[in-house]
Amino acid sequence: MSEVLLAPRSLWSLSLHDAKVRGVLYQVLLAGSLLALVVSIAIQTASNMRARGIPLSFGFWNETAGFDINQTLIPYDTLSTYGQAFWVGVVNTLYVSLLGIVLATLLGFVVGIARLSPNWIVAKVAASYVEVIRNVPLLLQLLFWYNAVLKPLPTPRASIELPGGIYLNNRGLIIPEIQLHEGAGSVGLAFLAGTMLCFAYRFHARRVQDRTGKQLPVLRVSLAALIGLPLIVFFLVGSPVSFVTPELRGFNFRGGHQLYPEFAALLIGLSAYTASFIAEIVRSGIQAVPKGQTEAAHALGLAPGKTLRLVTVPQALRIIIPPLTSQYLNLTKNSSLAVFIGYPDLVQIFAGTVLNQTGAAVQVMAITLSVYLAISLVTSMVMNAFNRRFAIVER
Amino acid sequence: MQAILKGLMAAAVALAASNASAATIEDVKKNGILTCGTNSATAGFSLPDNEGKWTGFVVDYCRAVAAAVLGDAQKVRFIPLTPKDRFTALQSGEIDILAHNATWTSSRDTSLGILFAGTYFYDGQGFMVRKAENIGSAKDLDGASICVTQGTTTELNLADYFRSHSISYSTVGFADEEAVVKAYEEGRCDVLSADSSTLNASRQRMANSDDSIVLPELISKEPLGPAVRQGDDHWFNVAKWTLLVMVSAEELGVTSQNVDEMKSSENPNIRRLLGVEGSIGKDLGLADTWSVDVIKQVGNYGEVFDRNIGKDSPLKMERGLNALWNQGGLQYAPPVR
Amino acid sequence: MSGHSLHSPLANSSLLPPTAPPWRIRRSPAAWMRKNLFSTPFSGVLTICFTALAAWLLYQLLSFAVFDAVWTGGQEECRANPDGACWPFIVEKFDYLRYGAYPVAERWRVDLTLIIGAVLIVWLLWKRAPQRNVAALLFFIAYPVVAFVLLRGVASLNLPVIDTVLWGGLLITLLMSVVGIVFSLPIGVLLALGRRSELPLVRAVCVIFIEVVRGVPFITVLFMANFMMPLFVPDYLTPDRLLRPLIAIALFSSAYMAEVVRAGLQAIPKGQYEAAKALGLSYFTIMRLIILPQALTIVIPGIVSTFIGLFKDTTLVAIVGIADFLRAVETARVDPNWAGPTISSTGYLFAGLVYWIFCFGMSRYSQAMEREFARGHKS
Repeated sequence: MSEVLLAPRSLWSLSLHDAKVRGVLYQVLLAGSLLALVVSIAIQTASNMRARGIPLSFGFWNETAGFDINQTLIPYDTLSTYGQAFWVGVVNTLYVSLLGIVLATLLGFVVGIARLSPNWIVAKVAASYVEVIRNVPLLLQLLFWYNAVLKPLPTPRASIELPGGIYLNNRGLIIPEIQLHEGAGSVGLAFLAGTMLCFAYRFHARRVQDRTGKQLPVLRVSLAALIGLPLIVFFLVGSPVSFVTPELRGFNFRGGHQLYPEFAALLIGLSAYTASFIAEIVRSGIQAVPKGQTEAAHALGLAPGKTLRLVTVPQALRIIIPPLTSQYLNLTKNSSLAVFIGYPDLVQIFAGTVLNQTGAAVQVMAITLSVYLAISLVTSMVMNAFNRRFAIVER
Repeated sequence: MQAILKGLMAAAVALAASNASAATIEDVKKNGILTCGTNSATAGFSLPDNEGKWTGFVVDYCRAVAAAVLGDAQKVRFIPLTPKDRFTALQSGEIDILAHNATWTSSRDTSLGILFAGTYFYDGQGFMVRKAENIGSAKDLDGASICVTQGTTTELNLADYFRSHSISYSTVGFADEEAVVKAYEEGRCDVLSADSSTLNASRQRMANSDDSIVLPELISKEPLGPAVRQGDDHWFNVAKWTLLVMVSAEELGVTSQNVDEMKSSENPNIRRLLGVEGSIGKDLGLADTWSVDVIKQVGNYGEVFDRNIGKDSPLKMERGLNALWNQGGLQYAPPVR
Repeated sequence: MSGHSLHSPLANSSLLPPTAPPWRIRRSPAAWMRKNLFSTPFSGVLTICFTALAAWLLYQLLSFAVFDAVWTGGQEECRANPDGACWPFIVEKFDYLRYGAYPVAERWRVDLTLIIGAVLIVWLLWKRAPQRNVAALLFFIAYPVVAFVLLRGVASLNLPVIDTVLWGGLLITLLMSVVGIVFSLPIGVLLALGRRSELPLVRAVCVIFIEVVRGVPFITVLFMANFMMPLFVPDYLTPDRLLRPLIAIALFSSAYMAEVVRAGLQAIPKGQYEAAKALGLSYFTIMRLIILPQALTIVIPGIVSTFIGLFKDTTLVAIVGIADFLRAVETARVDPNWAGPTISSTGYLFAGLVYWIFCFGMSRYSQAMEREFARGHKS
């Protein structure tokens, strides 16, 4: 690099007082020491691992794992491989993170908007929520939800019975399993058709509005298409769905879907915690929209709800999205606290049991960190693209 | 500039290579303290009190190694480890020796970069259930939720056992042993599964210990032993022979009380054991008095057993498999000569 | 505190003669309620619902923590009471929660360290205190040495050395937080400057460091720092087990801090740099005297919220078996002697309160500073 910048003859005539020379020197020193650091760590690690007989390969990937995981979204049993256990962990992490993001966003927007409510008590309750939740460590909240709220629920035999064949006990929430019969596919098709109808109608409505200024009832028609259409088909084909109600046999309930308390505690804790940060982001985002905008909207005769939806929020979103992205990433990373309450996420399964069984600590940690980095990079990219779409086109 | 780079690289290599030899015993002697990884809280085996003083069966083994190497059983630093983290900590060199309730298996000896140096406790995996369930056998556990500690052989044995008996079950795993016991107590699981010694120890820490029973079946062999890093035979020998000397001492009737008198014993086996004859101490790179230090400061195997988990302890465990070989058990030490 | 925010900012100004507010703002309670609670029927419904919710929550909390709680007695009373908190449990475990296994006879050293620290912090943060630069000097230079000597001990000073594996409880939490806070800001500033540097390599290194650290969960870093580090570096470069999480937490927060500081740097108009350069000032002088004071002032809220995040993140060191405050609460909670039905809730409530007081205190202080600066700018 320096060769390019410095002609050989002028090398000695340059002095350290030249900023360019110093810049190059700094960088060479930095690069050199970093390189030395990385190389020495690599050599040290490799020699230590060899000396101690620690496996250096990824050969464990296809070996039989031999342990059980209680919550899996993809097929897994004790005869599956470590590689499959890894995927179970990844899927579980993504699952709880995505659900958490959705819940935290909903709750966060509600609380954030409530903090700006003209109603004094609503604003105060929302503010208290934010100040309490935000200032207590997430780990403490997770432990609280798990150990102090969900675990003391009654035993399966003394379950709380909720309407609709739903049971709540210290093994979780057990809901009836949905079984699909012949014709269920057509309901799905009807839903798909409804969705397409929605888009078509919205497109049509916008054109009508552009041409004539008339507003068509988009919301009502969309709802009818999305819910009504599948519902009609559902009854036409003769309700092709039945429910398997859970029943208590032996120790636990059989049949039905089980929502484990570990999962529930993690989801509740993550959503509630992140929501308090999102609420603050939403509040400051909305406050940053000049008051004139709201006043102008009012002057045009827009109702408060519509003002919020059509004028304030779209502008606030521009300010909200970047910090919102980092909250989403925080939530995803924080889902690794699952280890403390026994939810089988990536860190618990892969960087926990698999690492312990295989002894391949370096490889396993490298893979785990890469997964989180990849999630982080992909989310950033998606949100940046989203952000560009929302950015003001400067004229 | 290339010269600078080369220099830096050379420095890096030198830095790395300077630590290539791994003589644990030298490090321990240099630091004047033995770093020992133990269970974080298992009554009778390894438990700190409120002042941070550790007691227990595996703790005493660590103290014995410290007495052997440093001549002082108090020069130990205990690092509490969860089962999940214990082998990583040993592999990496974070601890000098692992004295945990860890089961000796072939794969751990071959693929984890560690070696087990013997068996200080012969055990088997059992089940604890609430009395009110009226369960008589592990085969009646169909559909049960079972609490286990992550990173143990318990996790693997369960899968084997229930698969071979075609019984359905679901595990609830935690990294922390205390969390596992607490989860069982609080009703999150129907069954607590662990080594039977751990089950007994856990009972001591339960508020309503009489509400639970341990089922008769033991579904596995669990030889628990200390482990060291691979590639350091000298240290491996120290770890192995510290344990064996304790067993030999019991066999020969040498206790912490009579060890000084025994030094003048006529029995050549005792004389060799206590370093009066022979050169085992020197051969191990230890002081000649190393075995006397171990026995005097910590005790022989039987004393350690009785004091922590046996008849003089709240746990009151039988010697069973852990009796000496000439008393119907499996504890057998090769001759010291 | 909340009473303050109801006043208009003008009311604080002594320059304005007190005048009667215009009639529309003059508030009778009824008018205030009509305006703020029942402006529309919907608002009225909300008011009723939320008042009920707030009252119910408050009632639950008070009855658990005060009215139904066990205040005197011991394990038996707590076991018999399924409705309220068990405060004797906290009283008995109070010492353990503060010091962990630190030897009883030497605990005065911890107290002394904390008192000195508290005095210095108050001196440092109290706006009207005299000689605050002396406080800064003492706090950042002298205090760490004093704290180290006191906490760890020096045999020659007749202070027995206390191994760090014995440290625990609130002591660890505060130690981690203070060290993290002291180091994360300067490192964060350096990283932020590096990220905006004109030297491409420096920039790249800073960007990679910041993004990697911000992209991975803290507990994985802690795990590697405490269980795998001797694998990566030679023994003589492996710091103490308590020091490693300290370094990890400081480096970790510094990456977040760097992003906060960067936002501040970006907000400084380019003219400032150019003017300073035109005066012939060197890069470091420009940064030290012109850019950083402004940039850091702008982002005080961000800095403090990073501090708060760091304070809360100290709870994660439990994953590597270090007995911080929350971990001490967990250990106390599973004590079989105290197996009452509300022990867990009591422990968590107490822990929550302690953390909340610290975090809320910090956030309030930053808000006060923000207001101060805002006023300064207007005048």
